[in-house]
Amino acid sequence: MDLTLKVWRQKNREDKGGLETYKVTGILGHYSFLEMLDVMNEQLITQGKDPVAFDHDCREGICGTCSLYINGEAHGPDRKVTTCQLHMRMFNDGETIYIEPWRSAAMPVIKDLIVDRSSFDRIQQSGGFVSVNTSGNTQDANALPIPKMNADKAFDVAACIGCGACVATCKNSSAMLFVAAKVSQYAYLPQGQVERKQRVLNMVEQMDKEGFGNCTNTGACEIECPKGISIEYIAKMNREYLSASISSEE
Amino acid sequence: MSVLDSKIPDGPLKDKWTNHKNHINLVNPANKRNIDIIVVGTGLAGGSAAASLAEMGYNVKSFCYQDSPRRAHSIAAQGGINAAKNYQNDGDSVYRLFYDTVKGGDYRSREANVHRLSEVSGNIIDQCVAQGVPFGRDYGGLLDNRSFGGVLVSRTFYAKGQTGQQLLLGAYSALNRQIAKGKVTMYNRHEMVELVKVEGKARGIIARNLETGELERHSAHAVVIASGGYGNVFFLSTNAMGSNATAAWKIHKKGAHFANPCYTQIHPTCIPRSGDHQSKLTLMSESLRNDGRIWVPKNMEDVLAIREGKLMPIDLSEEQRDYYLERMYPAFGNLVPRDVASRAAKERCDAGYGVNKTGEAVYLDFASAIQRYGKQEAAIARIKSPSVDEILKLGEAVIESKYGNLFQMYEKIVAENPYKTPMMIYPAVHYTMGGVWVDYNLMTSVEGCYCIGEANFSDHGSNRLGASALMQGLADGYFVLPYTIGDYLSKEISTGAIANDSAEFIQAEREVSDRIEKLMNIKGTKTVDHFHKLLGKVMWEYVGMARNEEGLKRAMKEIKKIRTDFWNDVKIPGDKNSFNPELGKAGRVADFLELGELFAKDALHRNESCGGHFREESVELDGEQKGEAKRNDEDYAYVAAWEYKGEPADAILHKEELEFKDIELKQRSYK
Amino acid sequence: MSKGLSSSSVGRKVLMAVSGFFLMFFLMQHFVINLFSVISADLFNEVSHFMGTNGLVQFVLQPVLLVGVLFHLGMGIYLDVKNKAARPVKYAMDKPSENSNWMSRNMIITGIMVMLFLGLHFYDFWLPEIKDKFIDGKWDEPTKYFTHLQHKFQDLARIVIYCISFVFLSLHLLHGFQSAFQSAGFNHNKYTPTIRKLGNLYAIIIPAGFVFIALFHYFKQL
Repeated sequence: MDLTLKVWRQKNREDKGGLETYKVTGILGHYSFLEMLDVMNEQLITQGKDPVAFDHDCREGICGTCSLYINGEAHGPDRKVTTCQLHMRMFNDGETIYIEPWRSAAMPVIKDLIVDRSSFDRIQQSGGFVSVNTSGNTQDANALPIPKMNADKAFDVAACIGCGACVATCKNSSAMLFVAAKVSQYAYLPQGQVERKQRVLNMVEQMDKEGFGNCTNTGACEIECPKGISIEYIAKMNREYLSASISSEE
Repeated sequence: MSVLDSKIPDGPLKDKWTNHKNHINLVNPANKRNIDIIVVGTGLAGGSAAASLAEMGYNVKSFCYQDSPRRAHSIAAQGGINAAKNYQNDGDSVYRLFYDTVKGGDYRSREANVHRLSEVSGNIIDQCVAQGVPFGRDYGGLLDNRSFGGVLVSRTFYAKGQTGQQLLLGAYSALNRQIAKGKVTMYNRHEMVELVKVEGKARGIIARNLETGELERHSAHAVVIASGGYGNVFFLSTNAMGSNATAAWKIHKKGAHFANPCYTQIHPTCIPRSGDHQSKLTLMSESLRNDGRIWVPKNMEDVLAIREGKLMPIDLSEEQRDYYLERMYPAFGNLVPRDVASRAAKERCDAGYGVNKTGEAVYLDFASAIQRYGKQEAAIARIKSPSVDEILKLGEAVIESKYGNLFQMYEKIVAENPYKTPMMIYPAVHYTMGGVWVDYNLMTSVEGCYCIGEANFSDHGSNRLGASALMQGLADGYFVLPYTIGDYLSKEISTGAIANDSAEFIQAEREVSDRIEKLMNIKGTKTVDHFHKLLGKVMWEYVGMARNEEGLKRAMKEIKKIRTDFWNDVKIPGDKNSFNPELGKAGRVADFLELGELFAKDALHRNESCGGHFREESVELDGEQKGEAKRNDEDYAYVAAWEYKGEPADAILHKEELEFKDIELKQRSYK
Repeated sequence: MSKGLSSSSVGRKVLMAVSGFFLMFFLMQHFVINLFSVISADLFNEVSHFMGTNGLVQFVLQPVLLVGVLFHLGMGIYLDVKNKAARPVKYAMDKPSENSNWMSRNMIITGIMVMLFLGLHFYDFWLPEIKDKFIDGKWDEPTKYFTHLQHKFQDLARIVIYCISFVFLSLHLLHGFQSAFQSAGFNHNKYTPTIRKLGNLYAIIIPAGFVFIALFHYFKQL
């Protein structure tokens, strides 16, 4: 199939950037979306032009690196897939495809389609861990049984790959699904209880500091999340936050 | 006398590690504050090492080429992690795990290291659970185990099909905690491009900031390389696009010996290549082979009809199918080890029986498992004389509960429903057992330079057992390196801060910038990927699943030619002082073009078949094992460690003889 | 609680939910009283007189309501401004309808429309009440309410505006009802589907009821 691509080009953080139009031909349905971009870049390089920079790594939907806003949707029109798992059979011959970077004040564009997601790292650093030393002298792993339901719920949220699709798709650029996932994971596990209150307070504070918007419960994030994380966990975080902030002594 | 001193402690095998820890030199807490350590890579090994070292009090600088340490490719491991916990009371023990690992590695690993690995395996699970890693549990709330990779016990811990992800996020969280405390300084989107040695000791690295193109000089008292494997030398592999050997190769060129590069694991159950634009291969957990039957058509006309789309695989009767693994290995059937299953698939496809357009695919069929489970479930549900549809429905539900996520992934990629038509699979490069040579303390042959995880060679011999890679990465990072590094650093307490403006640093930086300048100035006609694909083709063709002398010699010659062409004709767009992914890639491919040749040289010199390395010249000639791999313990029970001497072809071989005191060497048989 | 709730994103969200709950409760109560006007003029006058003269209602609940309305409005606008600023560069191509409904994305529009109507509503009913009671000092007029109501519902233009406003209110509530529960942290596999259904019922029945009452009085007086 032949396609017209409208791709966001931006030299660096300071550049204003804009959409450029490229044509690609001979694309087959079994190409992944990123392989289609590989073909486009190969063409650009051969023509002596600067190829389009985009983030990608594992190309099997787990590392969370790829991050494209395709035809008005995070990770494109397919559901529960990342950009790298999106296949060209989802598109029609002659179609025009818009390819843009994530848009959020808290995730500025570095170059072309690549954004800076270090805000996510900083949120994690503010409390997304259990303060246990790595000495190996912890108690036996089976000393603390965990109800299967809690373990399963913790796993559901731990499946977050930190790609940022929730932020990209939210009309408010809110990161609450991402933060809720980490807060909930530890809130469901006994290991997370000691720091439970301080964790949610700190992580929400850091999230606000980074400049993400507020959640208005549109539910768009859970639809676009490649791992299908439910906004049920945002409610969980709200609960956690409410109880922590009421009982906090500071 | 070998130049390799493995520093294996004396004493009985089971006491070596304990004794070693008891007598090793330590650094006192006040002194640790004055010591800097660089860790390159943030996967299971690098991430856990950086976190542990920082927690002990060292100042750590951690580097990754990704935008966040959480994205290291350890994240993609699916199956699980082994540990000798014996929770299932099936007779597992540290010794059994040790034994299985040495045997699985086809007796080419270092006994003492493997035993240590088994000893600490239990701690890993304790540690990860304490960090909040959500392992799979049973209804009693206790940890669940599965059996993996054809061993006799259930010792594999798992978190659905995302075990690697959960373990990595655990290490990432420990790392985050130290970053927040200021004990780790994190350098994202930074690539190590050179090792700096001062008076023979590793004293720092030159790193390139991938966003700005700037070169940075980072000094430290020790350098730890945890940059993963080199499977991408094949271009197509299950590795991430960015996975590379550059850090490991740079230290090799500065004096670290590179061991057993030819030991590569080729995983049998990957989704086949669909065409020339394929950029990577996707692995599906080998647990699929527990229920899937592997076959190709018996008759060539059926193969051709299937390729042309005139015939569907389900239309072939049982008599028209060749269940070749069941035919060749009646005892193990579809569950033969990875290397055997992979070679058999290649053999069938080379003979022309491949079932897709590229001719490189075999079927993995769940129809009989669906029937079997369906009937079973019907019996459980007390359905008398169930209909065909009922059986199918019940059977498919069982398969879905076991492999649902894999089936969904397959359907997304291939656009065929694997419940209704057999899956297509083909082997793909997955893991590299070879790597930088290290001693018992995990130090390379460069003083002060350590290497851990997949990047080193030490624990898996010539073939890795399923669910052992995660175990090794975390063992090295959490529980081995943090202790053993103290032995060296205890001598560095009075060294003081390392200056990064010494002549050595300036020289190293200049070499890097000259190399980049040279690359940019080639201004040729072909893209980096063009050369990488050429290299991959040669590697796959001659240094892949089956190797012979003629092919390997040819491979060495061809790789050298591709390398020459690369340095004359590569075209790198953009400039060096901005975010230029093509330039980064060019540097990595340049290193692969050297490593590939050493890889072939190593495979050429090892005229035996062992584990992942199959030499066509070394097979059993008669008897029951006729045609199977033949190991030669007499001549090749050693680690081949190569010393860099300018050209890969000129590398000098050093042998570390392997001694097996606690294990009897046996030939593997799966007939 | 000092700095947490009012200054954090989650806290503000909870406060929006709490004020929303309060307003929804008030709306319900208002609806029931209005419904009395359909049943019996006397009953309506009686209840209205009680509400209009009871000290607790006048001096405690009324100010709380006023603050609630203003807070909900003010915070809503403030959050919307902040949310817009969180995405300084917009997408050239965006398809929000693929993953969310119109109501959820346009609370600020439906909300402001409702508030504009409230302006008219205050002008019609509340301001005259305040003038009567606090400026003219006329507290004891137990029968004026029904007449007043009938009078306002004679005007076709008002009826049209009234009906349109309640369409906006309905849209606002279709998202707002269940959203308030989510914000307050209540999302439960077992109960949330019921809450959503209840929310849809509430969001349709209550505004439809108000419209019915208005039309009832209009047509009765034709």
